[in-house]
Amino acid sequence: MVDSNLPIPGAAAWTPRIVAFFCNWCTYTAADLAGVSRLKYADNVRIIRLMCSGRVDPQLILTALAHGADGVLIGGCHPGDCHYVEGNHKMLRRFRLLQRLLADLGIEEERVRLEWISAAEGEKVRRVVNEMVAAVTRLGPLGLPRRRLEWDRELQHLEAEAEMPPRAGAEPVAPAREEVFHA
Amino acid sequence: MVPQRHEPIRIGYYICHCGVNIASQVDVETVARSVAALPNVATARTYKYMCSDPGQEMIHQDIQDHRLNRVVVAACSPLLHERTFRSAVEKAGLNPYYFQMVNVREHDAWVHTDRAAATRKAVALSRAAVQRVALQRPLEVKKVPIHPAVLIVGGGIAGIHAALTLANAGKQVYLVEREPTVGGHMAKFDKTFPTLDCAACVLAPKMAAVGAHPNIHLWTYSEVVKVDGYVGNYKVMVRRKPRYVLEDLCTGCQECIEACIYREPKFRDEFNLGLGKRKPIYIPFPQAIPAVVTIDPGTCIELKTGRCKRTCIEACGDRRAIDLKQQEDLKEITVGTIIMATGFKTFDPARTPYYGYGTYPNVYTALEMERLLNAAGPTSGEVVLRNGRKPQRVAIVHCVGSRDETTNRWCSRVCCLYSLKLAHLIHERTAAEITNFYIDVRTPGKSMEEFYNRVAEEGVDLIRGKVADVYPDPADGADGRLIVQAEDTLMNRIMKVPVDLVVLSVGLEPHAEAENLRRMFNLSCSAEGWFLERHPKLAPVNTFTDGIFLAGCCQGPKDIPDSVAQAGAAAAEAFSLIDKGHIEQEPNTAFILEAECSGCKSCLPLCPYTAISFLPEKKKSYINEALCKGCGTCVASCPSGSIVQNLFEDGQLFTEVEGLLAETTADA
Repeated sequence: MVDSNLPIPGAAAWTPRIVAFFCNWCTYTAADLAGVSRLKYADNVRIIRLMCSGRVDPQLILTALAHGADGVLIGGCHPGDCHYVEGNHKMLRRFRLLQRLLADLGIEEERVRLEWISAAEGEKVRRVVNEMVAAVTRLGPLGLPRRRLEWDRELQHLEAEAEMPPRAGAEPVAPAREEVFHA
Repeated sequence: MVPQRHEPIRIGYYICHCGVNIASQVDVETVARSVAALPNVATARTYKYMCSDPGQEMIHQDIQDHRLNRVVVAACSPLLHERTFRSAVEKAGLNPYYFQMVNVREHDAWVHTDRAAATRKAVALSRAAVQRVALQRPLEVKKVPIHPAVLIVGGGIAGIHAALTLANAGKQVYLVEREPTVGGHMAKFDKTFPTLDCAACVLAPKMAAVGAHPNIHLWTYSEVVKVDGYVGNYKVMVRRKPRYVLEDLCTGCQECIEACIYREPKFRDEFNLGLGKRKPIYIPFPQAIPAVVTIDPGTCIELKTGRCKRTCIEACGDRRAIDLKQQEDLKEITVGTIIMATGFKTFDPARTPYYGYGTYPNVYTALEMERLLNAAGPTSGEVVLRNGRKPQRVAIVHCVGSRDETTNRWCSRVCCLYSLKLAHLIHERTAAEITNFYIDVRTPGKSMEEFYNRVAEEGVDLIRGKVADVYPDPADGADGRLIVQAEDTLMNRIMKVPVDLVVLSVGLEPHAEAENLRRMFNLSCSAEGWFLERHPKLAPVNTFTDGIFLAGCCQGPKDIPDSVAQAGAAAAEAFSLIDKGHIEQEPNTAFILEAECSGCKSCLPLCPYTAISFLPEKKKSYINEALCKGCGTCVASCPSGSIVQNLFEDGQLFTEVEGLLAETTADA
């Protein structure tokens, strides 16, 4: 459990930043319940409300990471309890696929977490947020914005090299990855 | 005041102190100053209570004075006051969807301890909203017609009261009850606290009214098996179990019961909790509604083997009400609203074996004692031991399965008062000495404390101490006498009280079927398993599923007056929806940008409401907005990004994410 007031050893200035996507019916309500119950948890998490965890587009997760989030938390209703029948299952499938992609990008698994939290589980919101902050704190900053600048420089360097000979042989650089981050 | 298309965006930002709820943990002035510096923000202000009239008036005035065309309010949860502020914005002439709410109370001030960090978080959340609101579009509320019929699940006192209230207002009501009769737990009671009026005298006329009301379709011995649809238009499947008796033809004369081949009642009588016997053909109790008999297929010789003399059919004669070939009947009904009144179950004291229930015959639950006290019960109202003698000393053990770390932590609310009632009634019938063992005596409510004093003055012993053990009296074990051992915590002594009879004041628990019902009706439950209300104070009978309301003990333990009051409230909520004639739906539905759609069809199987269809001539998908419920699952899955969800557009969400993280990007 992390108490956000305590200095984090070795990283006095840095604390992780977590973006959370919570579904309106279960997890967002659970976070409201945590508030009403005055449960205290780490202040690193910022919650975005969606109607269903099924609305969580992987691009939203990647955008959050690309813009400086150190972790992303997704909260939905327990399987079988989805307000929209099975949106949470759809999210789970997408999440599994995304995890493989994240591994390829060198992003640690613990940085993106999917949790089922029902409207009555305010306590679970606190536990999950605190666990997640502790885990991401251990991993350290993700620093994707900085890394993206490095990648951009690398790309410019490669482009410059590619432009040295006449343009005939140069493949246009596919903007696919960029698109993902800027979408 | 409708903003013109090319008018520059002018945002009004308001952060609420909420008294000290927000302001004590978030420096609202700093937040307002930071937000004022953001692009497009025309004004940023703080106010003590934004939801109050002056707060809303402030928004109204600013919209006029500053020509605002977007509004952001940082206050409590949008689930609480989004509607309030949307209508305030609308009153000032803006489209209500040019509004965004920031949750800085439940998600910030109340959950964090570091004021500086909470303030930074409030700024980040507000920045996200300010950036997002600039991209929001005007939307129209959808109006959907509502089906005027109501389904009420459960025919206890709450369901009965709600049914009568709605039926008297001229609405069609389907009242579905699992048991052969309505009445629920209240029908089992002898007297009710604090007035000690007889339960049947209060309940029986209401039961009869339910049975006879032209607007009520009373379906007893029936269960809801499937629920589809949504507010205004629920399709419900009800299974009517065969009772092998035609309700319309049976007159309730009970001659068939007399004539049954079993001369004497032989089988466990469920209504009397096994304290009495019944025949295979039976009526649960004399005032049962509908007043018709039921044949139990598990014990009827004819239904089991086909080798009975069928004396019941003979006795029924020309009425021909008995139909041994009856099959179960699946009925599909359409209703606009649903009231859940499914009640509770009592705690099973087998989970607390130290009280000896099931081991020693003279340990009863309170509900069993109600049946013994009831004039229509198995002993005709006599309180007798299993050997037929009257008890001389009785112990009543409070909080069995309540306020207990090892069983249920909650207070069941009714046990103290019904224990006092039972003490009074047992003493009245037997002149026995009564000792109540309690943890605390809790008697809130109108006339309840007075009732407590009255019973205490009658000479009932009240011992403050939790009972640790019940065991046979070693001196008098053969006679069935028991010792109740407890610590009297006021006198600081161990007590061993010899008694003839022990009554366990069992607590209330969620109904055994609550979990199944919760899934079927798509409700939420509290951690204990009670159905969860939308808001304990603002929407105490609403659920998170629109058009489904709660009444009685399915929502939590409560006494009869509270159950009836809540049933009335649920009926009023259902009535207000029906009477309006239509439902206003959030316009958060999805639509397809036809030009972008590649016709890949990957969205089609994702929609649980089959709102998406494929137009073969255009080779494009199409969303029927009347069927769309606005989850956004198809939006997140569309490979070409050609599905848009109103209120949750991709651009709006990406901007929101960027707004939340803007300061880190600058740092990085």
